[in-house]
Amino acid sequence: MEKIIAGKSVAVNEEGYLTNFAQWEKSIGEEIAKENAIELTPRHWDVIKYIQDEVKKESPLSIRKIGKSGVVDIKEFYALFPNAPLKTATKIAGVPKPASCI
Amino acid sequence: MMIILSKATIENVYSAFVLANGARMEGIEAEMFCTFFGLEAIHKKKLNNLHVATVGNPAMHIPTMVGGLPGMEAFATHMMKKEMDKIDMPGVEEFLDILVASGVKIWACKLAMDMFHYEKKDLIDGVEAVITVGDFYHRSEGEGVHMLFI
Repeated sequence: MEKIIAGKSVAVNEEGYLTNFAQWEKSIGEEIAKENAIELTPRHWDVIKYIQDEVKKESPLSIRKIGKSGVVDIKEFYALFPNAPLKTATKIAGVPKPASCI
Repeated sequence: MMIILSKATIENVYSAFVLANGARMEGIEAEMFCTFFGLEAIHKKKLNNLHVATVGNPAMHIPTMVGGLPGMEAFATHMMKKEMDKIDMPGVEEFLDILVASGVKIWACKLAMDMFHYEKKDLIDGVEAVITVGDFYHRSEGEGVHMLFI
């Protein structure tokens, strides 16, 4: 389905994840972050960039992997994106929700 | 999610860890109360030597007599750890670090600590405190709290 985010019409799934990363822009990420009560700082963007790069490489994401990324540790990841960090961060990054249990 | 871990076989310990971590990943609070053999999962000297149960475990699909042979548990554990590694499952020690960093509160049962003659310093640093079952119940008060016994 289509949704207007930051003044642009983008394709999203029923959970609000972008289904076409080509439509993602910084302003869309910012708006999704705002919806999740997150004010994005440069640290958030470091993590988002890392997530996007990993997805581009088709490398599966997990909390463990984020912790070993060298970009952010798990504690900070939870502090940056409280309440379901992996789900929220991927949504902001415009990539699919990871199907990970760890 | 309030999880009581009372066993120290690898499959039970990992179940508790995955459930606790899974809750945090969904933004749900999670706490773990380790009692009886569950204490081994947070005991510094024991947590890296947990085994899968090869006897009395029909899902292993090996005869009980064979499961009881010397070295069988170590072998089965080795095989299971190899498979876990393939799916990016962390080891017990690393998994505990992940849980603590994710905000899972870990508690040790006072009665079991006394029974096994363990002291707080025997346990990993991430353990919040040694508490009674009553303390844990009080922590679990409120609507919508789930309690799991493993």
